[in-house]
Amino acid sequence: MSALSRRAVIVQTGSMLALAASPSLAAAPTPPEFAFPGGNGARPLAKDFPQKGTMMLQRSRPPLLETPFTDFDGEVFTPNEKFFVRWHWSVIPTEIDPATFRLKIHGAVEREVSLSLSDLQKLPQMEIAAVNQCSGNSRGFFEPRVPGAQWGNGGMGNARWTGVKLSDVLDRAGVKASAVQARFTGMDTPTVSEGATFQKSLAIAHARQPDVMIATAMNGKPLPLLNGYPIRLIVPGWYSTYWIKMLNDIELLDAPDDRYWMKTAYLIPDTPHADMKPGQTGLTMVPINRMVPRSFITSLAAGARVKAGASLRGMAMGGDCGVAKVEISADGASWHAAKLGKDEGPYSFRIWTAQIPAGAPGPAALLVRCTNTKGEVQPDTPNWNASGFMRNVIERLPVTVV
Amino acid sequence: MKKIAIATTCFLTVTAAAMAAPAFKPLSVELPPDVAVFPDGPNVAVVNRNCLACHSADMVLDQPLLPRATWVAEVTKMRNVYKAPVTDADAALIVDYLAATHSPP
Repeated sequence: MSALSRRAVIVQTGSMLALAASPSLAAAPTPPEFAFPGGNGARPLAKDFPQKGTMMLQRSRPPLLETPFTDFDGEVFTPNEKFFVRWHWSVIPTEIDPATFRLKIHGAVEREVSLSLSDLQKLPQMEIAAVNQCSGNSRGFFEPRVPGAQWGNGGMGNARWTGVKLSDVLDRAGVKASAVQARFTGMDTPTVSEGATFQKSLAIAHARQPDVMIATAMNGKPLPLLNGYPIRLIVPGWYSTYWIKMLNDIELLDAPDDRYWMKTAYLIPDTPHADMKPGQTGLTMVPINRMVPRSFITSLAAGARVKAGASLRGMAMGGDCGVAKVEISADGASWHAAKLGKDEGPYSFRIWTAQIPAGAPGPAALLVRCTNTKGEVQPDTPNWNASGFMRNVIERLPVTVV
Repeated sequence: MKKIAIATTCFLTVTAAAMAAPAFKPLSVELPPDVAVFPDGPNVAVVNRNCLACHSADMVLDQPLLPRATWVAEVTKMRNVYKAPVTDADAALIVDYLAATHSPP
């Protein structure tokens, strides 16, 4: 392994501590810090990832970059250069030649096909606004803490995705009646050759839904490489783990996918809110799937000094459907409707505005909760599971009322 | 599939209007170098030699303080799932480092 020998040399010659050694940290101002239970929430800012602006550095390799939360304020669409980044394996192609790129569709199909990017561009085009959120977004707030990427709330983003319907692409190959799932693979490969290639599968009926698509553009521009250039799968309403980046292979399966990333990883307990007790056993585990409603205040930071009646702003998402309402509370008892901004579609962020409810001067918490169009409302107690998935508790922002 | 049936009840706003297709251009990028090593502790050379082959040190250092049993499970996962070529002897030394430097008191 060449990586091993290269690392060994660095280890022999290097003496710097990890937190001070990366060039990406050299010019960073005071690092932001997440208020994680038990601490260790400080993260450096990184400015040297390609096609990316200033991001919170969660992991250098494979890249894990979080959107600084202040960047969400007032922006229904997350700019490409601020969009979060998450890879499972460190072997990521850094050169893409669109002329030779092919998307292969094979397996239980009438005819195996290899589509070029121009083949895709000749298909009917569609556009959809959709939130892409990591299954483990906000994992750092779990208590007790769990291992995994220690995200704050910025492991998510909303974009306008342009491209083609997945079902149109599948039809080019002709899905056999025997197929039950489609398995998606990108161009990233395991660091160790025997490792499990990152692949995810969807039921055929889901893959054929008219909103499931292959994106050739993000917010009207090519995808940044770290977000999946040249194309990625878009599964609106479902967690990001299914949104395979650098998608270049679709295999139609006659039997459900039993490989690691579907059978063992990204599983949740089949309970309300994927909630369980630490150490609880005997639960039925199922692949993570649809997202759930969330809402955030974006115009204030924790500890802000605020006045009752002052304006407040944030955003919300319904999960796998639209936002029906957003409400604000300063006491957890009386809730006040926020005004919803422009509707960009059921899978998009929705900006909201409100006024800070009246309350006695002194320390307080501003609460925000979203109800989606199915009537699901954010829970007032946090869920817990061993993987740190699907957090959507009502957020509370500590402030001082003056 | 129950989940899919739920999803179909949502109103879709899919615009089929003709949209300008983006021009795909050859793209070549460089990821920033990653030269950080683990802070001092027992067996740190073993930790650096094994763990940094596949991922940067911050993947570990950003974790909360975790009990020894959790670190055993993580190292086991790296070997069994991610196929990290770590020997039994090194795995034990790595767990000792993590328990000494990154576990609750």
